[in-house]
Amino acid sequence: MEKPYEIVIGLEVHVQLLTRSKLFCGCSTEFGAPPNTQTCPVCIGMPGVLPVMNRHAFELALKTACALNCEIAPFTKWDRKNYYYPDLPKNYQISQYDLPFSRNGYLEIRSPEAEGGRRRIGIIRVHLEEDAGKSMHDEKAGRADSRIDLNRAGTPLLEIVTRPDLRSPTEAKVFLQELKLLLNYLGVSDCNMQEGSLRVDANINIRVNTPDGPVPTPIVEVKNMNSFRAVERALAYEAERQYQEFLQTGKRLGEVPKQTRGWDDEAEVTRPQRTKEESSDYRYFPEPDLVPVVVTEAEIARIRASLGELPAALRERLERSYGLTAYDSDVLVSQGRPVVDYFEVLAQRCGEGKLAANWVQQEVLRYLNEKQVGIESFPIPAERLAELLAMIRERTLDTRRGREVFARMLTTGETATEALAALGFVDVSDEEIHALCRKLIAENPKTVADVKAGKIKAVGGLVGQAKKINPHVDPAKVREVCLRLIGELA
Amino acid sequence: MRSLAGSPWFGTARKRRGVVPQMSIAPEEVRKVALLARLLLSEDEVAEMATQLSRILAYMEVLRSVDTSQVEPMAHPLELVNVFRDDKVRPGLAREEALKNAPKHDGECYLVPAVLGPV
Ligand SMILES: [Zn+2]
Repeated sequence: MEKPYEIVIGLEVHVQLLTRSKLFCGCSTEFGAPPNTQTCPVCIGMPGVLPVMNRHAFELALKTACALNCEIAPFTKWDRKNYYYPDLPKNYQISQYDLPFSRNGYLEIRSPEAEGGRRRIGIIRVHLEEDAGKSMHDEKAGRADSRIDLNRAGTPLLEIVTRPDLRSPTEAKVFLQELKLLLNYLGVSDCNMQEGSLRVDANINIRVNTPDGPVPTPIVEVKNMNSFRAVERALAYEAERQYQEFLQTGKRLGEVPKQTRGWDDEAEVTRPQRTKEESSDYRYFPEPDLVPVVVTEAEIARIRASLGELPAALRERLERSYGLTAYDSDVLVSQGRPVVDYFEVLAQRCGEGKLAANWVQQEVLRYLNEKQVGIESFPIPAERLAELLAMIRERTLDTRRGREVFARMLTTGETATEALAALGFVDVSDEEIHALCRKLIAENPKTVADVKAGKIKAVGGLVGQAKKINPHVDPAKVREVCLRLIGELA
Repeated sequence: MRSLAGSPWFGTARKRRGVVPQMSIAPEEVRKVALLARLLLSEDEVAEMATQLSRILAYMEVLRSVDTSQVEPMAHPLELVNVFRDDKVRPGLAREEALKNAPKHDGECYLVPAVLGPV
């Protein structure tokens, strides 16, 4: 059903970079350490200390910006963003204001809703800043104080701001999934939302269709979305809420100040959050303790060359080279590069991409999910599995038996040939099957008559007898041959 | 410095050149600045600061009268660029050390007046 409005969404994503040490000091960035055991005078804001930029963090930032098709600034600097909050010990965050290191990029996503199935989502800017600490307040325990852990303070953070190009909550989710996959492939961030290494805020409003044309509603910033699913649901809720509010109040963009709302995952609603009116007055000024960074064309070229094959290009190559569907290539690429590498060896050795893709998706991934392990722990090397798939492909082994052989290979570590022999499976030739079927047809005129009269199910009796005579036959094949031979009878 | 004048990267910097200088600053502006800096000023102090800040702004007005259209914006007083360190973990402070200066702590965390949602 056509909605009476269009949705406009822009995202602000923060991702922690995978460095060993913090952005401006040598403290560890490892997640999960006991509170306040990874701090030093620099990151807890003691007087007289000096920050020094982590080279690796800046390189990861450049890598990300290049992969997001951004322009890289030849000259970039850092600024102080001033605000008071207990998890910000310096009372300013070192961030980038007017000269971010990159801007004007895009990420292409596959969107079922878009024309042509794709959409380019514009990236306004990507900048590098430091993270704040964490404040904890246990309201249920009724504690009077909040507890502050500064382990995270100073961790390198990329802020990625999109243009308001997203047109549905689902598209926002797809964008985030694609961004996360890209950052995983780049090795830039693990994007774990539970551990807070990826955080998302969204700006959303709607354009209501009216007889006088589309009317935009006031923009709302939605926070506190703790999973991609939550993002999708929060934005769907918020769009509809804005529509209902517009029907009641008629308020349009510019008539009320920008509002911040928090998503309540349990109640499945967004609620207004308290904001102080001067909170946006961050009084940025240049960070005097850090010198600017100059990036040369040669460095940008070097970074671009080091990006490797990124998810979008990889999907297209898999589709082209192995004849995979968009769905198959998407599932494989989403699993990460090692699974794709496994698939490629499998497909090349067994000679059929589609068959290899099916087996990876159904059998291999099922095993990995059940055992909660990665492909590197998968017991059957791709070369060995390829041997099995080649048998299936050449139809010397049917799929049902193939699965039994596979199950045995998983537990014993045998090759396909060894497992096949151990299971006592004997290859039955086409001639043998045909001879058997002809014999059964001659001996069972009633069954044949039933099948000819349209009771196709009756053929099952013949299959059963065939299995008794030769337990190694492929029942599906016997069924197929019997039906064909009966059909050929005058 | 390298030539950045006229570079699109400097667009926002130009526009952002602070409050429009004026010869006097109103008490409510002083109060706002004081609040942003978390300073509690008495009415006498507000009046005093208004005078002092006005004087500073008047001086800025002198600087503003200089034609800087041909001068490149300065991002940093040092001519130095690209100072980096390697991504190596170094030992930091022991927790007792770190917490020692805090007015209140529980041995693990700093304790602060309740933070309920974003302020
Ligand atoms: Zn530190």
